[in-house]
Amino acid sequence: MKLHVVSGKGGTGKTTIAAGLALALAAGGRQVLLTEVEARQGIAQLFDTPPLPYEERRVAVARGGGEVYALAIDPEQALLEYLEQFYNLRRAGSMLKKLGAIDFATTIAPGLRDVLLTGKVMEAATRERRGGGRIYDAVVLDAPPTGRIAKFLNVNTEVAALTRMGPVRNQANSVMTLLRSARTAVHLVTVLEEMPVQETVDGIAELIATDLKPGAVIVNMVRDPLIPEDRIGDAAAGSVDTDDIARGLKVAGVEGDPATVASLAAEMSDHARRVMLERQELETLSTLDRPTYQVPYISDATELSGLQEIADRLQAAGMV
Amino acid sequence: MTTPATSASPTSMEVDRLLSEARILVCCGAGGVGKTTTAAALAVRAAEQGRSVCVLTIDPARRLAQAMGLTELDNTPRAVSGIDTAAGGRLDAMMLDMKRTFDDIVLAHADDARAKAILANPFYVSLSSSFAGTQEYMAMEKLGQLKATGKWELIVVDTPPSRSALDFLDAPQRLGRFLDGRMIRLLTAPARAGGRAYLKVFTIGVKMFTDVLNRMLGAQALKDLSLFVSSLETMFGGFRERADQTYKLLKEPGTAFVVVAVPERDALREAAYFVERLETEQMPLAGMVLNRMHTSGAAELSVERSIAAAETLNATGDEPFAAAALRVHADRLSAAIRDARRASQFHAAHPRVRMVEVAAQASDVHDLEGLRAIGADLATNPVGAA
Repeated sequence: MKLHVVSGKGGTGKTTIAAGLALALAAGGRQVLLTEVEARQGIAQLFDTPPLPYEERRVAVARGGGEVYALAIDPEQALLEYLEQFYNLRRAGSMLKKLGAIDFATTIAPGLRDVLLTGKVMEAATRERRGGGRIYDAVVLDAPPTGRIAKFLNVNTEVAALTRMGPVRNQANSVMTLLRSARTAVHLVTVLEEMPVQETVDGIAELIATDLKPGAVIVNMVRDPLIPEDRIGDAAAGSVDTDDIARGLKVAGVEGDPATVASLAAEMSDHARRVMLERQELETLSTLDRPTYQVPYISDATELSGLQEIADRLQAAGMV
Repeated sequence: MTTPATSASPTSMEVDRLLSEARILVCCGAGGVGKTTTAAALAVRAAEQGRSVCVLTIDPARRLAQAMGLTELDNTPRAVSGIDTAAGGRLDAMMLDMKRTFDDIVLAHADDARAKAILANPFYVSLSSSFAGTQEYMAMEKLGQLKATGKWELIVVDTPPSRSALDFLDAPQRLGRFLDGRMIRLLTAPARAGGRAYLKVFTIGVKMFTDVLNRMLGAQALKDLSLFVSSLETMFGGFRERADQTYKLLKEPGTAFVVVAVPERDALREAAYFVERLETEQMPLAGMVLNRMHTSGAAELSVERSIAAAETLNATGDEPFAAAALRVHADRLSAAIRDARRASQFHAAHPRVRMVEVAAQASDVHDLEGLRAIGADLATNPVGAA
């Protein structure tokens, strides 16, 4: 069993990549669990299913017969389940609720929420034959964003430090053992823009500083340059030959007044500048020395066919 | 720059009027939509139009922070240099230090000995410095503090990158709910009574509760927790008062919310939640800023026509540069059309929300000049302008 934690700055498409990765891992007949912890119902939206309950539901069949199950982890349900499992206290749940204890644990006591969430992920990832529940070949976690990921994963270290003994400490320690082991990889999704790349660089440094293992860097929404290679430099510097464009338009039989041609030239400049920026960001990412996989821009990435395409790309690139 | 025309354009947000009248501006929205940059651009513009402004940022990108002179994290607003003060305004900026803000509350509300005990308690250390969620409380607390000084005519707040954009709005109330709850009494029971005596005083439910905690956390941790909560107890009155005040502050005339989004599905969905929530809470929404809108200066040359022409050229191999330019244009115009469609869908669903758009920038903003340009865009670019 392997646990893949997928993080990324907002807007980089981490949920889409997590779903694509789950499909890729399931290919060929494996069972994969895709989980989310941010109460966003992002998975249900992606797979176009009704909101996921606190229950493992099959959301997709992968190539070759594998299955992707999904679970939206709810901290309150996770706490009640935990109490039942370890203390046989499920009946006490309603009373604890009345006292405000459940509310306290899941929303007010900062950190406890993250402990419950990571605890449930561990439970799903470490099931054994004799216990209850489906056994998965891999678990993919659509995790909190890059800015928060090291703290989120490391929360159990904090808890272990606070509780010197007892089952909470033991549980916190086993979560950290799993997260720090070779069975867990933390992947960061980015796009080729300055801020997401900077956060990826910072995120990897934070992961290493907290003894967690950075996995792959997944560069999402990559586009091939449209401009001929030898014209990039000039165009980026603002020098685009408008005669070239005007002549071409004429050959193609398109009416193009000077204003249109000028606009096309300006758009070409912007495009060239973006290509150069993207190359610079790719360069920055290469200094991280992490396996890096590129996923092209897919216009229908949020459809099942788009997710399958992402899965195929990740597989072809050798990530899975 | 033009954008493909949309039907029934929304009312434009009157940014300059907002900047001249508002006393608190709260920028909120999903992560990665440019909240911090928007907050900074609004603050710079207001300051250069003559107001005395403070901008509270939560977690600015490094180069933006440098541009604002935010090189040290000392939890105090510092003057931003390079601001044009000809109109009589000024701009101070600060980055939130959440632990320090929390420490300050403790120091202000507890006597020396008690404050020392709290600051050294392991639960406090962990709560104040590293647990997620504290940032939301502290951002609102800091806003209250800055407002209370009366030093600025306008405070612009950037909100924390929460898992939900609504978290910071709930934080003060949640705290209030907690303080009113029985949890406090439960958690402080062991420390208050000491030994086993407390068991007699409380109901069976309480005994079970402390029992569970004891078994889960171990006796020492329960004692630490209990001591922590009971030493904080003296401060609770102050805490609640502040939480209530901050909440009221957010509803006062003079406070306005600016929802920030980009024309992407997730960001717009989050923005929609926010807009609806503000309505429910009767909090004043000034409008929505749509960042990163694609535009094209040659909308007259359609996507289909451009692609067809590029294909014609590619088939013969002639004029490869013009063919590339046509494809670049087709991409860009498609993006502009898609963005405009998303903006108008949002408008159709929320017709009363004023909107303003900011064109996609070629690169990230990291100097005052860039912030000024965005400010000018904000003040002049209504959504769907032709």
